[in-house]
Amino acid sequence: MKFSPLTQRRIAQFKANRRGYWSLRIFGILFFIILFAEFIANDKPLLVSFEGKWYTPIFRNYPETHWGGKFQTVTNYRDTYVKNLIEKKGWMIFPPIPYSINTVNFNLNVPAPSPPSSDNWLGTDDQGRDVLARLIYGFRISIFFGLILTFFSSIIGVLAGAIQGYFGGRIDLIFQRIIEIWSGLPILYLLIILSSIIEPSFWLLLGIMLLFSWMMLVAVVRAEFFRTRSLDYIRAAEALGVPTWRIMLRHMLPNAMVATITYLPFILNGSITTLTTLDFLGFGLPPGSASLGELLTQGKNHVQSPWLGLTGFFSLAFLLSLLIFIGEAIRDAFDPRKVTFR
Amino acid sequence: MTLLRIENLSVHFKNHHQPTMEAVKDVSFQLDQGETLALVGESGSGKSVTALSILGLLPYPMAFHPTGSVLFHGQELLNASESSLRAVRGHDIGMIFQEPMTALNPLHTIEQQIAEPLLIHKNMTKSQAKERVIDLLHLVGFPDGVNRLQAYPHQLSGGQRQRVMIAMALACEPQLLIADEPTTALDVTIQASIIELISSLQKQFKMALLLISHDLGMVRKMAQKIVVLQEGKIVEKGLTQKVLSQPRHPYTKHLIASEPSGHPSPPVSPRATLLETKDLNVTFKGQKKSWVSRGSLDVHAVDGISFSLAAGETLGIVGESGSGKSTLAYAILKLVESKGYIQFCCNNLQELSRSTLRILRPQMQIIFQDPFSSLNPRLSINQIIAEGLEIHQKHLDAKTRDHMVQTILKEVGLPTAARHRYPHEFSGGQRQRIAIARALILKPKLLILDEPTSALDRSIQAEVITLLRDLQARYHLAYIFISHDLKVVRAMSHRIMVMKEGHIIEEGLTEKIFTKPKNEYTKSLIRASFDNLPSTPKRKK
Repeated sequence: MKFSPLTQRRIAQFKANRRGYWSLRIFGILFFIILFAEFIANDKPLLVSFEGKWYTPIFRNYPETHWGGKFQTVTNYRDTYVKNLIEKKGWMIFPPIPYSINTVNFNLNVPAPSPPSSDNWLGTDDQGRDVLARLIYGFRISIFFGLILTFFSSIIGVLAGAIQGYFGGRIDLIFQRIIEIWSGLPILYLLIILSSIIEPSFWLLLGIMLLFSWMMLVAVVRAEFFRTRSLDYIRAAEALGVPTWRIMLRHMLPNAMVATITYLPFILNGSITTLTTLDFLGFGLPPGSASLGELLTQGKNHVQSPWLGLTGFFSLAFLLSLLIFIGEAIRDAFDPRKVTFR
Repeated sequence: MTLLRIENLSVHFKNHHQPTMEAVKDVSFQLDQGETLALVGESGSGKSVTALSILGLLPYPMAFHPTGSVLFHGQELLNASESSLRAVRGHDIGMIFQEPMTALNPLHTIEQQIAEPLLIHKNMTKSQAKERVIDLLHLVGFPDGVNRLQAYPHQLSGGQRQRVMIAMALACEPQLLIADEPTTALDVTIQASIIELISSLQKQFKMALLLISHDLGMVRKMAQKIVVLQEGKIVEKGLTQKVLSQPRHPYTKHLIASEPSGHPSPPVSPRATLLETKDLNVTFKGQKKSWVSRGSLDVHAVDGISFSLAAGETLGIVGESGSGKSTLAYAILKLVESKGYIQFCCNNLQELSRSTLRILRPQMQIIFQDPFSSLNPRLSINQIIAEGLEIHQKHLDAKTRDHMVQTILKEVGLPTAARHRYPHEFSGGQRQRIAIARALILKPKLLILDEPTSALDRSIQAEVITLLRDLQARYHLAYIFISHDLKVVRAMSHRIMVMKEGHIIEEGLTEKIFTKPKNEYTKSLIRASFDNLPSTPKRKK
């Protein structure tokens, strides 16, 4: 793929910001790893060899009777009884972290929350669940929530900003007043009230957040469209008889995209923080699901078990810092006046 | 006595990931007290960069000087410390910039701006400074300014702003004045008086003047010595009279030869009327007079204009900035709302729906003044030129379109390989050719040229004018040629219309207007542009 000189310059500018470039690499690797969280932290073995045949319990459930046990229920591979059954006629490989989100470690020597050990690298929480496993799943849900929310709110925001900026006048005036009123609504209280009526799910939470988060981009895109509107090449396109939608899409939107892309990492950050806040307060994702906010709550409730709070704090700070650094590098990349030296 | 001595000055610009750009190479010249030296060259020749490096105003450390020295009274200014430079700037060396719009701070009153160097360099009290400001305003021929000390730059006209800038530069009675294209942004009639002002002030204060200009007419009258720059190198220097009358270097000859000349080829008869307007009005809604009153201060940009244009004819529209020329063009193309009658190709444009109008659009096209903002920087040349075809001739396949783009590129004198590149890779003149190609590919009958050559250097101007004349002869195009530059208009138009404040004040055949102008305003315009200098007292009598 061949990039235009402008894009090449931007990529070079992005790479020149070493901190941002490294942040992007680290974020990319982490993101790739957590995509496969089920293969890293799971209470089911990756591979079982039993009576000469191979099984992958991650993809299929087998009843305990299949291995010669007594129950018809789904096998609990961490049970010593089952382990012995399987290892008599074969072997099995567990993922590096043999715990899933809600796997309770019943073999603890100390009461939960237990401190970090060779078994639970980051300790367990107050219900005896492995913190590292929950961290990985919580990380994933936070990033996904952030990405999806950012994606949809950018689309709506750019669209709204484009319409206001292009047509201006009365449409702009009315839209702006609506946004002012709408942005005055207290989101947090609204969510608290809603979650006391219905149980929030991932998508419901996303939808409610979306109702309010699209406004962040409107101002930038609107201003950019206002500015571009008066340029000669827009006038030339009008004189050529180019239809309005095509002018907006082809001639004006690319200009607005610079500002939009610059803002994206910061919006992503904001989305993740909001989800964490809600989880921390207990109004976020349904109880039992892993999340960074829930980890922080546990840290607050168990001050004598610092591994909970510290893990929550450091992972959140790390994620947010990475995204901010990437955002800074993108901002540099799109800054036409930026002069870099080595 | 030598006041300023520049020796082997080089300026390089370095940007990360880009090759070093050598803007000025080995430039040497000297300037004596009371003398005027002109730096002449086309845009990008390094004139302004040379001047800015005297005062250390370049974007360091992106810019740097591998060699050279700038001696002012024997004091080295190049790479001098910021504090020692600051003592010189505005005190011993004053500077006038090209664009009075942006060179004044919009948030400061004119009193504050002119008094600033006085407060800094002369340690004056506020009341002393105010007295001096009033003196200066009289000096620069802006006595009305005394009553408008609290005015902000946007409340002044372009000429008044330039006078305020000159007052700022002169405040501390500098020994050297650097004037970077001091009149380029101004209307012709104002240009003449500003030149007159600068040269009389120079005599009065025995200042040395470093004049940067591309206007050879002005240079001839003001400067004793001339330095011709091409691509950062001095190609010729010497006494102005000698260099301009007997140029030795081909580049200097080229510069001198590129003053616009010639005449349009006579229009072909029979002459069918292509465009006609009757009583065309454009009004911009102004500010409300006050909170309660209903009336508002509307601006009548175009006020009752009626004219007609035949196929294959060129109508020149002349006027100073703010006279409504461009607004008239936009109104004809229905790019702004207007009242009145516009007939184009037997259609009343005012009654057509948007979609019918879109079908007519290919017939009438426009070229804008600024070739940098009239091409979308994100599209390739191919995409820019082919856009009209994609909309109006949908039946064409990609191959035919590409072929047509290549043909039109050849026609406007650009290599066909240019179509895969982006606008920023082209110079101003080439971009203007691209804009012409974009308009011509639709085979229009009417082409409106809104100051198509004003942003270009003289020699490129001449090329564009020749191209436009050729195209007119070949395709029988009708032009509306809008310009404030009478020399160019004369070289292009069959008929001329002079506009002032939205009205037509004189109209007629080109030669008639130029030889026997009736209106006083037309006379002053012609005098100002063909006789660049100050109508000397003798001539006034």
